[in-house]
Amino acid sequence: MKKRRITVFDIVLLILMIGVIIVTLYPFLNILAISLNDATDTARGGLHIYPRQFTWANYQEIFGGRNNLWSAFGMSVLRTVVGTVTGIIASTMLAYTLSRRDFIFNVPISIILVITMFVSGGLIPEYMLIRELGLMNNFLVYILPLLLSAFNVIVIRSFMDGIPIALTESAKMDGANDFTIFWKIIIPLSLPVVATISLFLAVQQWNSWFDTYLYARGNANLSTLQFELMKILDNTNIQSGDVTSANAEIIAGQTNPQSIQMAITIIATVPILLVYPFLQRYFVTGLTLGAVKT
Amino acid sequence: MSKNLLPVTPEVNMPVTPTINQTGKKGKQPKRSPGEKNGWQRLKNQKALLLMSLPFVIWLIVFRYLPVLGWTMAFQDYQPQNSFFEQSWVGLKHFRDLFNEPTFYRALENTIGMGILGLVFGTLAAITFALLLNEMRFTKLKKLTQTISYLPHFVSWVIVANIVTTMLSISGPVNNLLTSIGLVDSPINFMARPGMFWGVVTAAEVWKSTGWNAIIYFAAMAGTDPQLYEAAKVDGASRWRQMWHITLPSIRPVIIVLLILNIGNLINIGFEKQMLLGNNIVSERALVIDLYALNYGIGMFRYSFGTAIGIFKSVISVILIVVANSVAKKVGEGRVF
Repeated sequence: MKKRRITVFDIVLLILMIGVIIVTLYPFLNILAISLNDATDTARGGLHIYPRQFTWANYQEIFGGRNNLWSAFGMSVLRTVVGTVTGIIASTMLAYTLSRRDFIFNVPISIILVITMFVSGGLIPEYMLIRELGLMNNFLVYILPLLLSAFNVIVIRSFMDGIPIALTESAKMDGANDFTIFWKIIIPLSLPVVATISLFLAVQQWNSWFDTYLYARGNANLSTLQFELMKILDNTNIQSGDVTSANAEIIAGQTNPQSIQMAITIIATVPILLVYPFLQRYFVTGLTLGAVKT
Repeated sequence: MSKNLLPVTPEVNMPVTPTINQTGKKGKQPKRSPGEKNGWQRLKNQKALLLMSLPFVIWLIVFRYLPVLGWTMAFQDYQPQNSFFEQSWVGLKHFRDLFNEPTFYRALENTIGMGILGLVFGTLAAITFALLLNEMRFTKLKKLTQTISYLPHFVSWVIVANIVTTMLSISGPVNNLLTSIGLVDSPINFMARPGMFWGVVTAAEVWKSTGWNAIIYFAAMAGTDPQLYEAAKVDGASRWRQMWHITLPSIRPVIIVLLILNIGNLINIGFEKQMLLGNNIVSERALVIDLYALNYGIGMFRYSFGTAIGIFKSVISVILIVVANSVAKKVGEGRVF
């Protein structure tokens, strides 16, 4: 398209878009600044996007203090790693069998899968199920209920449908069984979609807090970073509502709870920022693919 | 200016096939390879496939279908220690209780109120943002804006709630801004005003999801026929008029489809935002149906009652989507079903 001259309209747009960037990024930068600033100094207010009195004290408190968060951090990492690996294995395996049109149970299993996209039991029946299965306060409660999602399986299957049949046929001629074909041919060829879905699963696992709240509150070892943050938030909410809470958890020594809260927020955000460039590269395809389906 | 700015990498060009409908029809592959005469033989040859799918079918039945059977609890006085056959059946008692409880109507009001606010402002914000972004000339900044705009979508509601409470606190940036430009005399305690809670939740929602929700409109805009713009330019239409008369109508089908789907989900707004942003002071305005089910069903061990709430929600959701769909059909617009 040929170049046109810049008009007032363009300048207004430019200003609006810079506004969007500021509104989106300022809160993150502000919180980063508070987390790196001396707590007493922060209380004076007026802090923007860079710390006034730089200190690591808030982070030292989180990772070195008496009630440190190493265990919660480790649990967050563990559930993310295990949940993503098991989730992607389960989704790709099921997707592969459904991409095989000659599979004898292809149609019934597809139907069973698709129905779950539209019907759900709801909060209480699911809670009762988890209880009946004995998953309360058990690490598996982070893994099993999130193992599969019909949407992910369908996205992966659509991708596998595009892999030329000739490849699998020739492998079959050479005597490969279905599992070998899956593992040695289909998976390597499906890496883009495997990467996309893995990232989604990882983000979902990392961000979960409600399952900890509902199913694993009784086991302190199972607490995650998001849940710890949620507990602190809960306490500050009570305080901001001017209800003095006697049982407010004080993790702080030299620092104050607000600064610590900001530091935890940053720690819980950083992994998302680390995978963001990759997410960003892949997810639009996943989204528009899903959109066409609706 | 390139119209197609979505970062779709070539290697992830997934084939877009109407998969759901395809299951019943014949695929490209032969139904059976030669030499497999009967079902048993085929089954034996497909041992590996069976082993690879069976565990997950069992998983689907346990984790997705068993809870649906749990709906029977709503028609019983469910006691966890008794077996299914020892439960006493009470018919619609729990539904009658539900409809007689004032708290339920408050929860319903809050859910629909926040649902409508979220739907209206969420959709408006996403379409406006997509329209403006689509008009941006400075390509690099355009990409940067888009990339940054969907960042909040990927952080958890816990983090967003932290951000919101920090930004809106008495000495927070929003109050600083408002007082410094003289809009308010004294800082507002946003989080402790029941009347503001719906607004706070909606603002948080818009902040978190506008960039993400805009992607789909933005993608639809990329499909607009460039000739339309050329013709409009020849006729002397300003950029503003082009936006209004070409871009916006061209994405109308997408807007309608998403509206129908979102109206169906009006009552399924969840509880995360309300639970994380709410506190004792605003609880009257923060109680939504899911929280109500959670508090009564699990918090007070009224499992049957909680299940009845869930069923009510599902029924309303189905009604809403059917109504929205038929309205769209009546006025001659695209529809989902």
